Amino acid sequence: MENKAEEVKPIKSPSGFSIIWRELVRDKLALISLIFLILIMAFVYGVSLVLDQDEIVTVDLFSIYEPPGEEFILGTDYGGRDVFGQLIIGTRNSLSIAIIVTVLTGIIGVAYGLISGYFGGHIDNIMMRILDFFMILPFTMIVIAFVAIVPKYSITTFSLIMTGFLWMGIARLIRSKALQEKELDYIQASKTLGSSNFKIIFTQLLPNVSSLIIVTMTLNLAANIGLESGLSFLGFGFPESTPSLGTLLSYARNPQTLEFRWWIWVPASIMILLLMLSINNVGQALKRATDARQRRG
Amino acid sequence: MWKFSVRRTLIMIPQIFLLSILIFVLAQLMPGDALSGTVDPNVDPERLDEIREQMGWNDPWHEQYARWMGGVLQGDLGQSFRFKMPVTELIGQRIVNSFWLSVATLILTYLIAIPLGITSGRYSDTFRDQLITGYTYVGFATPLFIFALVMLWIFGFQLGWFPTSGSVEPGVEPGTFNYFMSKVYHLLLPALSMALITTYGTIQYLRNEIIDTKQKDFILTARAKGASESRVYNRHIFRNSLLPIAAFFGFEITNLIGGSIFIENIFGYPGMGQLLVESISLRDYTVLTAVTLIFGVASILGALLSDIILSIVDPRIRIK
Repeated sequence: MENKAEEVKPIKSPSGFSIIWRELVRDKLALISLIFLILIMAFVYGVSLVLDQDEIVTVDLFSIYEPPGEEFILGTDYGGRDVFGQLIIGTRNSLSIAIIVTVLTGIIGVAYGLISGYFGGHIDNIMMRILDFFMILPFTMIVIAFVAIVPKYSITTFSLIMTGFLWMGIARLIRSKALQEKELDYIQASKTLGSSNFKIIFTQLLPNVSSLIIVTMTLNLAANIGLESGLSFLGFGFPESTPSLGTLLSYARNPQTLEFRWWIWVPASIMILLLMLSINNVGQALKRATDARQRRG
Repeated sequence: MWKFSVRRTLIMIPQIFLLSILIFVLAQLMPGDALSGTVDPNVDPERLDEIREQMGWNDPWHEQYARWMGGVLQGDLGQSFRFKMPVTELIGQRIVNSFWLSVATLILTYLIAIPLGITSGRYSDTFRDQLITGYTYVGFATPLFIFALVMLWIFGFQLGWFPTSGSVEPGVEPGTFNYFMSKVYHLLLPALSMALITTYGTIQYLRNEIIDTKQKDFILTARAKGASESRVYNRHIFRNSLLPIAAFFGFEITNLIGGSIFIENIFGYPGMGQLLVESISLRDYTVLTAVTLIFGVASILGALLSDIILSIVDPRIRIK
C-alpha cells in the first residue's frame, strides 16, 4: 500500500505556497512591493528599538520649525521635535495598529461569517439584518463619536472602536463563500458521519475559505492604514504624544504649516501612499494566485 | 415592485429607531454636560443641580429619550449651548452648504467616471485602458484626505487659483449673480478633490459591466443586423451598463458623508462635516446628536433608494 502512495506522488498539484510564490515572481511590481515592505518594516521596527519615543516627543523650544538640515534630517515641528524620528516611530505605530485592527476584524468577521453562512436559515437572516445595520452607519462619523465619549482613551480602546465598525466587510464575504461551500459533498459527508457543527466549521470549512481570508485581510491592512491616519489627522486617533503618520499629517491642518513647512507633512504622506500601494500590489497578486483563471504564472 | 418597496421601507423603520437610540445613549454617556465648565465658578453647585432638575436631565434615560424623540419628530432638535441658537437654525445654514457640495461632487464624479469607464471598457486591454486602470488603481490606494491636502497645497496655496477656505467671498450680497459665482468658485476645488478620488469605483464597475455586456448575444445580433459600431456602443451596450451604476447612486450618499467630514475640515468649508468635528471639540452634545442623526438617516435613506432602484433594474431581487 505504501508503495502505491509513493507512485502517485509525482502528479501532486503544486502547494499553495509555491503557487503564491510563482505569482509573486511573475508580477515584478508585487515582488518589488513585497521587498520594499519587508525592508521598511525591518528598518522601522529595528530602528525604533534604539530610538526612544519619549525623547522624540519631548518639546525643545530652541529648535521650533527648523527646516531640514544637518542636525535634523527632516527638520522639526512646532514643538521643536525631530520629524524624522517621529516619522519612524509614527510608521511603526501606524503599522502596528493597522495590523492589530486587521487581525481583530479578521477573527470577528470570519467567525461571524462562517456561523451565519454555515447555519443559514433564520440564524443567517437575523445575523445579516444586524450586519446590515452596522454596514449602513457612516464609519468616520460613528468612530469619531465613540472616540469622543470614551473616558479613558488609549491605543487599546482606539483599536477596539475601529474593530467594532470594521468587521462587516469580511464577515459578508466569508458568509457568501460559506453558503456555497456548505452545499459541497465533503461538508455533507462530514455531517452524515456525525461530526459536530463546531468541528465542521473550524476544521473543514475554515481551511477551505482560508485563501479568501488571506487576500481580504491583506487588502484590509492597506485600507486600515488609511483609516487610522485619516482619523488621527482629524484629531480622533492617536494622541500627539504617540506619533503616527496621521498625527504628522494633522499638523498640515494649520494653513501656515501646509503652505510653508512641507517637511512636516509631505514625508508622512509619501510614506502612507507607498505603504498602501505596495500592500495593495501584494494583495492583488495574492488575489490572482487564489483564482486559477486569473493567474499569470 | 410596490410590494417590495413597501416591505423594504418597513425594514427601515426599526433601523432608524435603533440608530436614534444608539445616538441618544452615546450622547448620554458623554462626559459632562453643557452646564459643566460653561457657567462661571461663583454659581452655587446646588443651583446647577436645580437647573439640571428643571431641564429634566436627572430623569431616567427612556423618559428623556421619549421627550427628545418627540421634539425631533416635531422638527425641534433642541438648543445649542455653545452657538446660542436653536440647533435647527444652526444646521439649516450648514446643511445647504453640504448639500451643494455633495451635488457638485456627484456631478463631477459622473462626469469623470462615465467617459473614462466607457473608453476603458470599449478599448479594453489597450494603452488607453491601461492608463485609466492605472488611475483607478492609484485612486483606490490614495486616502482622500492626503489627496485633498495636496490639491489644496498646489492649487490653493502654490498657484493661488482657488480660495483656500470658506463657502463664499465675505461681503458679497446674497441673491446676486456674483454671490452664486463665488459659491461655485469656492465649491469647485473641494468637490473636484473628492470626485477625483472617489470616482475609481464607478469607473471600474462601468468598465467591467461594458466588457461583460460586449460578449452577450444581443450585441452579436445588433452587429449582425448591421448596426454601426457607435450605435452598438451608445445604444445597446451603454444603456445596459448604466443601469447598475444608477442603482449605486444611493450608496454614494454614505461615501459622501464620510468624505465630507475630511473635505470640509481641510478646505474650511462650513458644512455639516465641519460642524460635527466642531461640536465634539466644543462638547455641544445637542448639536452632535442632531448632526449624527441626520447623517445616519441620510445613509439609511440612501441605502433604501439604492435597493428600490436595484429592484426596478433587476427583477430577481424583488422575489427574495
